Amino acid sequence: MEFSRRDTLALGLGAAAMTVLPFRVNAASDDAITAFTGGADVTEGGVDLTAPEIAENGNTVPISVGAEGASAIMVLAMGNPTPGVATFNFGELAGSQTASTRIRLAGTQEVVAIAKMADGSFARASSEVKVTIGGCGG
Amino acid sequence: MISRRDFLQVSMAASALYGASGFGQWGRLAAQQKLTQDQLLDFDTFGNVSLIHITDIHAQLKPIYFREPEINLGVGPNKGEVPHVTGADFRRLYGIDDGSPSHYALTYNDFTALAREYGRVGGLDRVATVINAIRADRPDALLLDGGDTWHGSYTCYKTEGQDMVNVMNALKPDAMTFHWEFTLGQDRVRDIVADLPFAALGQNIFDKMWDEPAAEFPPYKFFERGGTKIAVIGQAFPYMPIANPGWMFPDYSFGIRDENMQAIVDEVRSKGAELVVCLSHNGFDVDKKMAGIVSGIDVILSGHTHDALPEPVLVGDTIIVASGSNGKFVSRVDLDVRDGQMMGFRHKLIPIFSDVIEPDKDVTAVIDAQRAPFKAELEEVIGKTDSLLYRRGNFNGTWDDLICDALISEREADIAMSPGVRWGPSILPGQDITREDIFNVTSMTYGKAYRTEMTGEFIKVVLEDVGDNLFNPDPYYQQGGDMVRVGGLGYRIDISKKQGERISDLTLLSTGEQIDPSKNYVVAGWASVNEGTEGPQIWDVVESHIRKQGTVSVAPNDSVKVSGT
Repeated sequence: MEFSRRDTLALGLGAAAMTVLPFRVNAASDDAITAFTGGADVTEGGVDLTAPEIAENGNTVPISVGAEGASAIMVLAMGNPTPGVATFNFGELAGSQTASTRIRLAGTQEVVAIAKMADGSFARASSEVKVTIGGCGG
Repeated sequence: MISRRDFLQVSMAASALYGASGFGQWGRLAAQQKLTQDQLLDFDTFGNVSLIHITDIHAQLKPIYFREPEINLGVGPNKGEVPHVTGADFRRLYGIDDGSPSHYALTYNDFTALAREYGRVGGLDRVATVINAIRADRPDALLLDGGDTWHGSYTCYKTEGQDMVNVMNALKPDAMTFHWEFTLGQDRVRDIVADLPFAALGQNIFDKMWDEPAAEFPPYKFFERGGTKIAVIGQAFPYMPIANPGWMFPDYSFGIRDENMQAIVDEVRSKGAELVVCLSHNGFDVDKKMAGIVSGIDVILSGHTHDALPEPVLVGDTIIVASGSNGKFVSRVDLDVRDGQMMGFRHKLIPIFSDVIEPDKDVTAVIDAQRAPFKAELEEVIGKTDSLLYRRGNFNGTWDDLICDALISEREADIAMSPGVRWGPSILPGQDITREDIFNVTSMTYGKAYRTEMTGEFIKVVLEDVGDNLFNPDPYYQQGGDMVRVGGLGYRIDISKKQGERISDLTLLSTGEQIDPSKNYVVAGWASVNEGTEGPQIWDVVESHIRKQGTVSVAPNDSVKVSGT
């Protein structure tokens, strides 16, 4: 069987698709959390993290974070080769402690937000974002 | 074809067509009756508000046959729950007699025999008769279209949805939401929506660049009906740019956005909404999960997954109504709303038996006018079938087997892949296959049949990926289609496992050999979401194959072994 030029144009199909299986947590993410919290306990809840369940495009995934009264919020993409995404610092005059950005995800993985509260405690939220080939909607 | 007179001789359990205020099996209402239009429409008008729901018509203007799924597996919390109940289990659950019209309408068994007895279903001129009858009882009833309307037929493809727009306008809906409509391309969708004489809703349709609600698609609309302030909130299909080609509508972003849904519900309640209705294209399991997270929705009119349920499902204080597909059903929901609260409901899933329900002449004329310019092409007989051709089901259907055979032989491939879409009417053994029939199961704006090489490893990745879109135990990670159909390839799937572990024993059927992860295989398929896909249109591939066969015959397919159910 021979491929014509026309046929081979369809070969782009697989380009990013080998990366769809869930990515394991990168060890560097633990280091980043420890550096941010100084090893203090982190409680669940008190942080709003909004992310899509399935990314429309893994290269630019819109997320937003917020935690009332936080002085800083760190965002990590736990499965990326470089997990650190951003740390948002909020001064005393900040009208609200929320931030939105777009992040790049190498594959299906957990996105984590850790907030440093004014009293020095830490809280976290996480969300699984799936990166998929797609293509079979009913 | 049976005559109207024959139909009067057919007895049925009236229970299976009645809803009631409150839950339980309809069997207690059972009474033997003859099937007539009056009985299909019979409804004790209740309360002060009526909703009429139709969804997932997929451009089926004319009566068709449609076989419901044999395999529809639920996972996680939905294992064994409706709509993941089929066949005899479904009939026992709802007290439906074997051989009854409801058996034929709602389950797959003995489909060919019952289809010959009861005839075709659907047809938007029959749907119009039902809508008019409901409006005669309740002139201000709300008609709500759940989307997947402007897609799925020859005339819809050729007119870029205009045939459906013209016919639906004649039915006078009050609002609709969207899915396949966007595959007409965003410019075409914007053009149509700009002139629509009813609301085009979607709280989850966002401007992609600004991540803000898209101006063309308001989140909700208020209606004053029966002295009640009703908010209808639209929910478009959440995963359009993933399940369909995002490059066709690059300005838009979707997603479930249940936090925004909650904000919108709170907003309409604060503006005085006494009844909150969500017109949804989420799919049933996603709607069930959303109903448990978002509070304050009274009724979800659920579309996308093509389920037809004779009773609403209750989640907390929310009722979820599923109204089937392809014009086969209309749901009527009467509600008693007092003091800003839904006090009760009465529901009926009305099957559109096309030989029993008189067509509305005005709408018949509109339909005929859409089809007239294409009559010769539509009616051209391409071949004939010895087998029942159907699609619906989690794995292969006979229509898909035929399409995969066509891809393998016409495109000289080892393996064929066909998308697990849920639309597409059935053809009975002995029936001619017309060009219209082929378009009914293949029509789309990205239907080019590609031919490519994939490694064995990548083929497994594709199956794992699509399998997770169907069998992820969390409905929010499901896209609502069925499993990708394959030809020339056998495999095992354990639906209880995680992504990467479900698929095993991939076998090339032509040689009986195991698929080698590192070897390349020639794969032919269609409906790629990638821009620039090239090849002949899938309907031309299928037409050419059927012409060569003359009469097609599809052998039983047991090449997919399913476990973990």
